[in-house]
Amino acid sequence: MAKVTYGGQSYECGSNSVLDCLITHGISVPSSCHSGLCQSCLMRAVKGTVPEKAKAGLKPTLAAQNYFMSCSCYPEQDIEVVLPDSGMGKLAAKVTKVEFLNDDILGIRLKPSRPFEYRAGQFISLYKDETTARCYSLASVPDLSEELFLNVRRVPGGLVSGWLFAKLRAGDEVTISEATGDCFYVPGNPDQNILLIATGCGLAPLYGIVRDALLHNHQGKLSLFHGSNDKNGFYLVKELRRLEQTHANFSYVPCISDGESPAGYASGMVLDVALAEYPDLSNWRVFLCGNPEMVKAAKKQTFFAGASMSEIHVDPFQSAYSTGIC
Amino acid sequence: MSLYSEIGGDAAVNAAVDIFYRKVLKDDRIKRFFDDVDMEKQAAKQKAFLTMAFGGPNNYTGLDMRKGHEHLVKRGLNDSHFDAVVEDLAATLKELKVSDKLIAQVAALCETTRKDVLGK
Repeated sequence: MAKVTYGGQSYECGSNSVLDCLITHGISVPSSCHSGLCQSCLMRAVKGTVPEKAKAGLKPTLAAQNYFMSCSCYPEQDIEVVLPDSGMGKLAAKVTKVEFLNDDILGIRLKPSRPFEYRAGQFISLYKDETTARCYSLASVPDLSEELFLNVRRVPGGLVSGWLFAKLRAGDEVTISEATGDCFYVPGNPDQNILLIATGCGLAPLYGIVRDALLHNHQGKLSLFHGSNDKNGFYLVKELRRLEQTHANFSYVPCISDGESPAGYASGMVLDVALAEYPDLSNWRVFLCGNPEMVKAAKKQTFFAGASMSEIHVDPFQSAYSTGIC
Repeated sequence: MSLYSEIGGDAAVNAAVDIFYRKVLKDDRIKRFFDDVDMEKQAAKQKAFLTMAFGGPNNYTGLDMRKGHEHLVKRGLNDSHFDAVVEDLAATLKELKVSDKLIAQVAALCETTRKDVLGK
């Protein structure tokens, strides 16, 4: 008989689903359709293997992290499960480098104090103190560097960004959380075209995702569009241009929304520029990060342009961004 | 043969969900109800709805239907909106070359939920 462990307690699952087993024991798990479809009852397995059927229809990024639908999960072996938003472990990390990427964005490199698992494009929390933390996306790629790479935008009056800009130096020690989020590259389907659209420091996760895809030998188009009001808002330009030269399937288009555009820059809103170049997104994979208004509009427009909803990946902490947390 | 397997089962649901949801979001009669929802979560719910409408395995009860649409009824959800959704679904199936006979069966199945969805 398989056992289900949740919150430190183990329960005999019998012939019940994980959802029914937990509910029977008075544990509250959100649910709705009870047919393995609506994904309201999503949980994550932290130990043991979940039957494939419990992952049917999930986004590949969720399945890759062992998320499953508890209503249609009949475990064949012991598993330990958590709710999707359960608290994450913290660890110390050493600051190895701090540099200005442009006037308003700080590049921070960190070396975690213990082995650290993540996927390029996921995010971590960085703690100023016990109770004050902000989420930052990982622009680094695990297989390319031991260091984590964050891009922090200066937020007027921002508690954490203000502290980082003023005080953080190489050699300091900071506290971070483990990585989470489902905006990342999943290997497979190497010929699929991929569209990536960012504004501001929304570039961070996409810079990681692009290099992760190239590292996995992705063959389809990787078309990155980065939007800014003016030329000063761009960063990592040299790195991205270099990547363009070494990988024929990668293209980088910085888009200036206000005023004249010098050679090498497109003129217009980043979403408009991207959709003008690729009006038909059927069978494309799409990544969207940055300004929440842009992301919201882009989600709809890329869907209307033919991208399947399950292929559209979005920067997960939009609300944090809009409150100036980025 | 059941309606669900005749129509193509799970594969039919997967083929229909993006097409149907695009129609709904573009439909001036009903798109306002979807303005502030998380598109991704909604797409999963659309899938559950399509499975039910195609006569597939589901455990929705009339009470679920009532509760799930209560907040929309408060915002004015009525028969004309219900009709619009059924129409969009029929157009989706037409696009997927499903026969008129089966489309009529799907519409009839949707009809059985009308009272609960509209909280009557």
